[in-house]
Amino acid sequence: MEVTVRLTVNGQPAEGSAEPRTLLVHFLRDTLGLTGTHVGCDTSQCGACTVLLDGRAVKSCTLLAVQAEGRAVTTVEGLAALLPPEARVEGLHPLQAAFWEKHGLQCGFCTPGMLMTAADLLSRKPDPSEAEIREGLEGNLCRCTGYQNIVAAVRLAAERLRAAGAAAVGGEAALAAGAAAQGGAP
Amino acid sequence: MPTLFGTPLRRKEDPRLITGHATYTDDIRLPGMLYAAILRSPHAHARIRSVDASEAVRAPGVVRVYTGRDLEGRLGPIPTAWLVPDADLKTPPHPALASERVRYAGDGVAMVVAESRAAARDALERIRVDYEPLPAVVDAEKAMEPGAPLVHEEVPGNLVLHWRAGNGAEAAERAIAQAEVVVRRRLRNQRLIPTAMEPRAAVAQYNPATGELTLWLTSQNPHIHRVLLSGALGVPEQKLRVVAPEVGGGFGSKIPFYPDEALVAFAARDLGRPVKWTEERSENCRATTHGRDHVQEVVLAGTRDGRITALRVRAVANLGAYLSTAAPGVPTILFGLITSGPYAIPHIDVEVFGVLTHTTPVEAYRGAGRPEATYLLERLVDLYAREIGMDPAELRRRNFIPAHRFPYETPTGLTYDSGNYERALEKALEALDYDGLRKEQEEARKRGRFLGIGLSSYVEICGLGPSKVAGAVGFQGGLWESAVVRVHPTGKVNVYIGSSPHGQGEETTFAQVVADELGVPVEDVEIVHGDTAQTPMGWGTYGSRTTPVGSGALALAARRVAEKARKIAAHMLEAAPEDLDFRDGAFQVRGVPERKATIQQVALQAYLAWNLPEGMEPALEASAFYDPSNFVYPFGTHVAVVEVEPATGQVKLLRYVAVDDPGRVINPLIVDGQVHGGVVQGIGQALWEGAVYDENGQLLTGSMMDYALPRAGFLPPIETYRTETPSPVNPLGVKGVGETGTIASTPAVVNAVMDALAPFGIDHLEMPLTPEKIWRAVREAEARKGGAAA
Repeated sequence: MEVTVRLTVNGQPAEGSAEPRTLLVHFLRDTLGLTGTHVGCDTSQCGACTVLLDGRAVKSCTLLAVQAEGRAVTTVEGLAALLPPEARVEGLHPLQAAFWEKHGLQCGFCTPGMLMTAADLLSRKPDPSEAEIREGLEGNLCRCTGYQNIVAAVRLAAERLRAAGAAAVGGEAALAAGAAAQGGAP
Repeated sequence: MPTLFGTPLRRKEDPRLITGHATYTDDIRLPGMLYAAILRSPHAHARIRSVDASEAVRAPGVVRVYTGRDLEGRLGPIPTAWLVPDADLKTPPHPALASERVRYAGDGVAMVVAESRAAARDALERIRVDYEPLPAVVDAEKAMEPGAPLVHEEVPGNLVLHWRAGNGAEAAERAIAQAEVVVRRRLRNQRLIPTAMEPRAAVAQYNPATGELTLWLTSQNPHIHRVLLSGALGVPEQKLRVVAPEVGGGFGSKIPFYPDEALVAFAARDLGRPVKWTEERSENCRATTHGRDHVQEVVLAGTRDGRITALRVRAVANLGAYLSTAAPGVPTILFGLITSGPYAIPHIDVEVFGVLTHTTPVEAYRGAGRPEATYLLERLVDLYAREIGMDPAELRRRNFIPAHRFPYETPTGLTYDSGNYERALEKALEALDYDGLRKEQEEARKRGRFLGIGLSSYVEICGLGPSKVAGAVGFQGGLWESAVVRVHPTGKVNVYIGSSPHGQGEETTFAQVVADELGVPVEDVEIVHGDTAQTPMGWGTYGSRTTPVGSGALALAARRVAEKARKIAAHMLEAAPEDLDFRDGAFQVRGVPERKATIQQVALQAYLAWNLPEGMEPALEASAFYDPSNFVYPFGTHVAVVEVEPATGQVKLLRYVAVDDPGRVINPLIVDGQVHGGVVQGIGQALWEGAVYDENGQLLTGSMMDYALPRAGFLPPIETYRTETPSPVNPLGVKGVGETGTIASTPAVVNAVMDALAPFGIDHLEMPLTPEKIWRAVREAEARKGGAAA
């Protein structure tokens, strides 16, 4: 038996039918065709599937699609659009631009999850130390980069966001995150 | 125009990867696509009495269930493709699905094809397999003992290969017997799980009208996969297209030809509908190849004043339940021939036993053989230094092959192309302030803090390799590379290469090379790879060969294009070709700079072909197939600085300095990235990683919960430095850099920890150096000391 799931994805209303047991990550990938979010493990360790749910990073393999009903999901495809155009760098979210500039990715498989986790981290902590960044990325595994350039990229993005006076997670996602933090659903 | 060679350009591949617009195999969806799931043996060793799939076939959404019996005569066995000679090599058959006997926990028994991923997965539980469990053997040395369970009846003693290298066992024996100092050690190089972040996946589509089969898969070498698949499936090569789309890391684990991908292709043809299969992570742990797994008995002999005189290695390599595609070459050619490393050692004797066990097959894993060789040598060199009371840096210095002796022929028959090992060592010591650090270490010890400094000097063999050598060592293929450089009428360039990068950045570095050669903007060059229908034959990306071998083909093809362009330009400008200068993307008549033709203008004329030089063919493209004359030999010295806390056994990495010499550097940003990643994988082996089986052959580290991968918070910044000794082997003077980090870092870290533990009288512990292991060793050492005092 399938049920209909209605939610907001990357700022747009979306709906699809799914078995109740369908994980959010599979719903995003298979039903909505948003394949930027990846599946790297089956035990919620790798973080490749990280998305923002109401502005906060979650591993989309730890959630059923039905649990996202009525909520706002941001995937890597919608990351840049979280910010107003003037806060973007070459049309990209400053995190994306910094990953590019600092060579923060090689095979790219972990990258979407890293970006979403880093966006959440910077929205909570706009000026993190290197140790805080490393700790903030503990839930995301990368096998290619040794993390060094990822850390450098997050630092660079943090600098740029601060200089631009922009939040890492802006727009409606930020409002939703704020509301969720106060205990109420948006 | 400034040269792009040596410039840290940001990567051309990144925009699609950072925005979620890349297409990995599992991202592919085709109309009418079915999903496959594979039933895997829960037993390490069992006889299959029967397989009953009748209930699964009736399950909702199930289209077909295949068992081993269904494939007989229809899908050939999975071949081994590195047939190392003079090794008494046995290649027992590897069926795509087991029908009589399963040989490791993870061996495929049946495949379900269904309308959805979930339906296929559900149906696996409805297949009834009647197993008769049999005794299993997981330890390679135990597998060699008389009476051990046999993995394959046709392989007595489970011994699949026995191989020797060196310049005389007797002479080595004599040198050891006469030596002033002999250091002996038994070392375990533990089994690792490569763990590319993207699990394996395959999508196949068959067109019954044309007979064409397309297979998208997670591959490091699509052309090799096509040849092998063609043989196994009986689809002629011209009807078979193999595509490696975006590939999420491989590290050797995506080299092999696996049963699973062949099954997907088979099912797509059989059912006439597209089929997709994607591995789960726990499946990846069990059914994707592992790496390393050696037990080594090592003897190093030398003089009291620190000259190494002989090295003897007896290694037992656990190769798992079947001989994977390239498996025989890894513990032999890629290991045994390089055991003398960067040192001039007069006598070498290497003996390798390759053994089958009831475990996941073992293959190349980043470094493949060279980390196993470097670890034993660098560990023994440190033990030797300790034995004679010499500084480990000085001992290395005394034994390095001196810079004036290149090309240098080793006792194992290799010819090292170029090197200056001492320069790399000195650079590392300087970056570290080695003398200052030694003093700090001494001071810290007085205060009860235990710092350790670990060195690792290495030379690696990569850029595989000359094809005649490939043939001589039994590799069932060539090892050249190819490139087609095609300048379009608008002057834009596509380059089609036979190798298949999957994260290493050659779309960028190769574009830099071509842009330089043709004088076009780097934005105008697009590198196409990974698709057998588009690219010329090539042997793939592994063994740090894509840059040293592939760029050879690339440079040659680009230069051929430039040469043809020069002739056309000369014709256009009514000048002799030799009177033209080619600079800033234009041919200019020497002394008359206003008379010039840009490469774009030349390209247009080449395609219009209205007025070409007499006898010249139209168009502007060239291909090259480049077979190198030798391997290349990157080298360097890495140093780890650690602090060990005896009360907890915790190792804290304080600093890590890497000095690598990969020849000329095309893109320093990318080279640094390769070093970082490799170093961290090697640190993973030293401190955390290890595949663990119980005695029944159950993999206890079967998920990311149990297999400890390096995480961001565990690591210090890696300080990278370089020396640059060009290789004389290829046109660009480049070597490889993909594996140097993994090769160098494991012994550096272990040496550092042992150095830290020296005051406790501990000189060796087996990897991974977990806190518990260190804590126990320290406790035992203290108990011994206490006991002696009492």
